[in-house]
Amino acid sequence: MSQAIENAPAAVTIGGTAYEAVMGIECHVELKTKTKMFCGCLNVFGAEPNTNVCPVCLGLPGALPVPSRLAIELVVKAGLAFGAQIPAFSKFDRKNYFYPDMPKDYQISQFDRPLTQGGVVPFWLPDGSQGSCRLTRIHLEEDTGKSSHAGSRDGRIAGSTHSLVDFNRAGVPLMECVSEPDIRSAAAAVAYLEALKRTFVALGVSDVKMEEGSLRCDVNLSLRPLGQSEYGTKTEIKNMNSFNSVRRAIESEIARQAALLAGGGRVIQETRGWDEAAGVTHPMRSKEAAHDYRYFPDPDLPPIEFAPSDVTRLRADMIDLPQSRIDRLVSGDGLSIVQAQQIVDGPGLAGYYDAVVAFGARSQTVVNFVLGDLSRLANETGTAVDASRLSPERLAEIIGATEAGTINSKTAKQLVERFWASAEPLIRGVSAALDSGLPAIDGPAPGIPDSTVPERLRASDSLDVLIRLEGLGQVSDTGAIDALVAAVVAENAKTVADYRAGKTKVMGFLVGQVMKQSRGTANPQLAEERLRAALVLRGAQHDGSSSSA
Amino acid sequence: MIEGSAAEIADAVNARRVSALELTNALAARIDERDGAVGAYLARTTELAREHAARVDARVAAGERLPLAGVGLAIKDNMCVAGTPTTCASKILADWVAPYTATAVARLLEAGAIPLGKTNLDEFAMGSSCENSALGRTANPWDLGRVPGGSSGGSAAAVAAGEATVALGSDTGGSIREPAAFCGVVGFKPTYGRVSRYGLIAFASSLDQIGPISRSVADSALLYDVMAGHDPMDATTVERPVEAAAPALRDDLRGVRIGIVKEFGLAELGAEVRAVYERAYDDLVKLGAELVEVTLPTAEYGVATYYLIAPAECSSNLARFDGMRYGLRVERPDVGATYEATRAAGFGDEVKRRILIGTYALSSGYYDAYYVRAQKARTLIAADFARAFASCDAIACPAAATPAFAFAAKTDPVSMYLMDYYTIPMSLAGLPSLSVPCGYVTTPGAHALPLGLELSAPLFAERALLGIAHAYEGATRHAFARSIPDLPRAAALR
Amino acid sequence: MESREIDVAYVAKLARLALSPEENERFASQLGAIFEHVDRLAGLPVGDVAATAQVIPLRNVMREDVPRPSLDRELVLGSAPRREGPYFRVPRIIGEDA
Repeated sequence: MSQAIENAPAAVTIGGTAYEAVMGIECHVELKTKTKMFCGCLNVFGAEPNTNVCPVCLGLPGALPVPSRLAIELVVKAGLAFGAQIPAFSKFDRKNYFYPDMPKDYQISQFDRPLTQGGVVPFWLPDGSQGSCRLTRIHLEEDTGKSSHAGSRDGRIAGSTHSLVDFNRAGVPLMECVSEPDIRSAAAAVAYLEALKRTFVALGVSDVKMEEGSLRCDVNLSLRPLGQSEYGTKTEIKNMNSFNSVRRAIESEIARQAALLAGGGRVIQETRGWDEAAGVTHPMRSKEAAHDYRYFPDPDLPPIEFAPSDVTRLRADMIDLPQSRIDRLVSGDGLSIVQAQQIVDGPGLAGYYDAVVAFGARSQTVVNFVLGDLSRLANETGTAVDASRLSPERLAEIIGATEAGTINSKTAKQLVERFWASAEPLIRGVSAALDSGLPAIDGPAPGIPDSTVPERLRASDSLDVLIRLEGLGQVSDTGAIDALVAAVVAENAKTVADYRAGKTKVMGFLVGQVMKQSRGTANPQLAEERLRAALVLRGAQHDGSSSSA
Repeated sequence: MIEGSAAEIADAVNARRVSALELTNALAARIDERDGAVGAYLARTTELAREHAARVDARVAAGERLPLAGVGLAIKDNMCVAGTPTTCASKILADWVAPYTATAVARLLEAGAIPLGKTNLDEFAMGSSCENSALGRTANPWDLGRVPGGSSGGSAAAVAAGEATVALGSDTGGSIREPAAFCGVVGFKPTYGRVSRYGLIAFASSLDQIGPISRSVADSALLYDVMAGHDPMDATTVERPVEAAAPALRDDLRGVRIGIVKEFGLAELGAEVRAVYERAYDDLVKLGAELVEVTLPTAEYGVATYYLIAPAECSSNLARFDGMRYGLRVERPDVGATYEATRAAGFGDEVKRRILIGTYALSSGYYDAYYVRAQKARTLIAADFARAFASCDAIACPAAATPAFAFAAKTDPVSMYLMDYYTIPMSLAGLPSLSVPCGYVTTPGAHALPLGLELSAPLFAERALLGIAHAYEGATRHAFARSIPDLPRAAALR
Repeated sequence: MESREIDVAYVAKLARLALSPEENERFASQLGAIFEHVDRLAGLPVGDVAATAQVIPLRNVMREDVPRPSLDRELVLGSAPRREGPYFRVPRIIGEDA
């Protein structure tokens, strides 16, 4: 067990004793397959009720289940992603109970021979520390239909007069992930769920959308004095429909149990439903003496046997996992955890980032662009970062030109915006331009459009050509800057006087004016430096007459 | 013409000497005449039959040769046929119409068979006399005061009474073989996994098999050849290719070793019955077979084993009959009460008994002692057979200890369960097994009552098994030695 | 296994079967007799034998993720005991159980 768990701060103090919250989480994750677990009906969310049903998933008399190979492989991959064991022998069992959304009044599930066993889910907490939670198992089962309750004010069972059932969801493959009780805080619970989601999405195992029901989770929670090895009485919390709900529900339940214990009461083992609106948990009608599910191996389904070569093949199939990617970005590229998670979580960002860095650009600069300007542009234009016209090579070029001082960062941002939607054909033309006899870059002054660029080269895509053609080159010559500074000082006497009178904030405005004079190409740091120098010198004379440095 | 065998009929239709439609109409008329007395059919599908017949005639006219062209087929009412009522002889499905067709049936229909109607059975295939049907009573054509056997009583009676050329039954613990024996016809249960169960309403999933009932071994072989084989809709069907049995039916038994089971001694049988079986064994020898004594020490545990496993599986399989999505609903204010009232009203006593037995056997605290132990006993029984088949090619024994008994003769469940004594062990081991007519006994004031010889072979040895049965049948011709007494024509007699 | 009193009422509840008191008594006695026969299994030395889960030892029977046509909704709802628009209508559920 990781250090983080032992050192977790006590969740609450009761009567002077430090208590910790001990939690285990059970998640049901709908798998992203085209068809259902045991039949060829479509597995889609939001279809017209009862249109994706057949004899098998409706439990009609005489129907038989045939398991989906893809669903089985996705569960195995999910397990492998967390280091689980894949036992050589696995089988399906019937879990017998009656409920109107259960077409057969038994659910095909796995009892004692699940597809995967064990495994560990590592995660980062907001404070930057690492935590982990062991998995007990991941197994495969089928989802039930969906019932809505009519006649009650709030759509809940209590007070309803009847229910309406839609079997579209019945038979959808469901992965059940059961964790050991290693979670010690609401933050850890959310981090755990985020780690699961990140991995399952990256693996293509599931969309993991709590709002659509493709992830449902129950939390088992108990309190015990820090240092005690026996568990306290646990309650099961259900009905949370977002990660935020999970956090709030856990916090609420910890508080409730603590108050109970503080008052000398005892926690009752029960199931409690989270009420999002009220912000509390309510006891759910207690079930009759725990269900006797009468599990037995399903005689309609031959068992699954894995050869080591099957596991090897599935392991090889797996893409670079998010966890190891995050690790590399943090320890290798020096990104912060938050930056690394955002890069990995954003669709297509990680691949794009990697490509830009591969062209030689500095990782911190790249991540700032990707998470900054590029993500903004993606939002504004509705085009994904890796689907825009701004190729990784082009961005690397722009970054390189900025770091060489050829252009300033403002020009870089402008070029990024231009190339985002640019219709210019993408050719790799830098050395081609040079080979064609283009004069060295520091011919005419950088900030001035160079009309000597030969016609035949103007259509090329070389960044250098463009910079020269349009006079985008950064002006870093002190003399040139001083000339600009002089012009600005002359035109802004009032502001200059304010600055000298102590209003140092107006420096930003003055730098901006220098930038404007230079059509954005002045080296902003140098501009500010020369401005300060000019104003200090001038400050030595109070007669308002100008003089150059 | 309608008395002919399936092979003869198909030949005639394919050669266009007679039309499928003519045959169908003739059979329909025959059923109208006789079924009032026999009660084999729960539902007739005459319109559907005529449609199929017309299609067969059209295909044959276009040059196709169909293996079962125009052959009149009766279908046990626990098999789904799209658009037909499929009731399992239960009140809980009395008004249910199936929206799809069972694979095995579809294959036969595609091969030209004509669906004449759905036949009666013990409710949900649970029983050995057909008396457990909630929707009708079927009588044995040989003696209308006696049962036809079960659970495929309707199918066996229909074939025996000439109300169908062939029929489909299902066998879980003897439900094809025992009624076939009682009705003097051939009934064949293939190896488990040979014929698709998709569309067969499940009783005990690890035991159920669909099989043919016919007047001759050759006809059963023909049906088997057409419908057997892997089905992607049934994960328990084997991919093993089906070696056609019909073309390989032998006429003698030279070189064949037949095992006689020590534990199935004839001494406990009635004198007349014993004599029939002793003679049957002699006839096997006369055909060239060598009789070998084999032992099945665990066979005596067969009934106990079966009556744990089958009810356990059926208690789960029948849970879906809950009044929510199809079938009978006895509506109450809440779901729980609705379940209970619906199932109480919809299921008969035998079904309830087996659901209770099975639920109990699977329940917490009893699972290991009952269900698991029974599955272990099953392993031992299968092993006994494997050992026995090391020294013989097939096993012969009575299909049942007695001929058909009178209605209401067996009121005690256990004595009814023991009717399956000779057929259950083969089911537990998944073996191919059939009953072929082997003689008659007479009872005072009654007509002759048929008896059946049960022959069983190793897993997947259908071809050999059918061959042995065919040789025996050809030499003894018991099925053709007598004909059923004239059945009263008027339905008024019922 | 010693002969035991089978709690038929409890088993019937698990199986969602409503039994009248007469049925309860009759079934209890019949089940008693049946289990008396079944109990002879206790005398069979099963030892370490593996339980047969499936009589034909098939393995890894699976299907590909390829869609197949679904049933026509009207066909399905048409035979429902009770429907409400595109849904199956069922009586109210009490508590989290049914």
